[in-house]
Amino acid sequence: MTSTTTRPTVATVWLDGCSGCHMSLMDLDERLITLAGLVDILHSPVVDPKEFPSSVDLTLVEGAVSSEEDLHKAKIIRAHSKYVIALGDCAVTGNVPAMRNYWDRSDLFDRAYVENAQEPPTPEERKALLPLVVVPPLRPHATPLHEVIKVDLYLPGCPPPADAIWFVLTELLAGRVPNAMSVSRFGK
Amino acid sequence: MTSVTLTAESITLQIDGKDISCRSGETILQVARENNIDIPTLCFLEGLTVWGGCRLCMVEIAGSPKLHAACATTCAEGMAVSTTSPRLKEYRKMIVEMLFAERNHVCSVCVSNGHCELQNMAVKLEIDHVRFPYRFPRLEVDNSHDYMRLDQNRCILCVRCVRVCGEIEGAHTKDVKGRGVLAAIIHDLDQPWGESQTCTGCGKCVNVCPTGALTQRGTAVGEMTKKTDFLPYLTLMREAKS
Repeated sequence: MTSTTTRPTVATVWLDGCSGCHMSLMDLDERLITLAGLVDILHSPVVDPKEFPSSVDLTLVEGAVSSEEDLHKAKIIRAHSKYVIALGDCAVTGNVPAMRNYWDRSDLFDRAYVENAQEPPTPEERKALLPLVVVPPLRPHATPLHEVIKVDLYLPGCPPPADAIWFVLTELLAGRVPNAMSVSRFGK
Repeated sequence: MTSVTLTAESITLQIDGKDISCRSGETILQVARENNIDIPTLCFLEGLTVWGGCRLCMVEIAGSPKLHAACATTCAEGMAVSTTSPRLKEYRKMIVEMLFAERNHVCSVCVSNGHCELQNMAVKLEIDHVRFPYRFPRLEVDNSHDYMRLDQNRCILCVRCVRVCGEIEGAHTKDVKGRGVLAAIIHDLDQPWGESQTCTGCGKCVNVCPTGALTQRGTAVGEMTKKTDFLPYLTLMREAKS
């Protein structure tokens, strides 16, 4: 999308989440058309450009910070965004992705890739089974976004209702700081 | 509710600048609630003894530099109480945030989602995130009882269950072991709930639990609702009897 106007620019990012927050964003339904008239969406799982833009007014981040790639993305988001919103419980609290934090990574990998293998692997085979190359390494803990970068606004909810997302976006576009807890809560 | 007799002397005090009269022996929390002044609480439950553990009901009293638990402080003549101030608001937020950070309250997958006093308290105090790093401890779920479950992940150690078990049911199956963040609700001598010789299976502990720590088995996300209104009636009936 090319932006020749001075409309606010928006990005949305999907880290370690289930995409439910983006589904909720899609649930804006016909309001998406209104939104498209108010802002330019430069980067999102639902638009084409793969690289995060050099400068964005407002970025919505879904998901916890689980892998080194998530952390890398979070830092780029912060450096390139004027305003960052933690969208949904995973970004705000860690939520379900953080439920792995009760175990250490080696036990997790054994559970996922070794214990459930059809044939019990030898120690050499075990190494080959674990996802230690190509995919981004898991961090010791999945953490909320604000534990790694500064967050400007928190919109909890699992997922935050479309009405809550609409309320927060329109309030911000009108130059007001919304009280997200008036429209959502943890686990909503 | 109060056990103060009708002949008790009347005293006057101020709460949030409002002149109020009450009977001596009444607590600040009782008098505030009788006068529709809201003071948040989590460990307090009408019908159980006062615990004073959660510290959410802390109020300021003119002339005293420290904060006082409204549930455990009796009113005195001429007292000037303030139930809300930036300092109290901040402390209450911190307390609830620390409760969230201490164990694993994953609201979205909790059976008490939507019916939880801790979750509602976060809304009330406008807690949109937790400023403390989460501890993510690995905690046990006791599934050994036929129809009830104890999930330590959701427990805030308000000990309402311990009190209702000892004071109302008279079984004292439940108690607390350990100290600080290692404290935990136990059954008998730290045995699986299902093997307890003293538990009567009455389910009062489940109903007084403010969160999803004590629940009925077989409930899915958001299905667990609690009933606490039986307690004041039980206590009333006992008082009438004695």
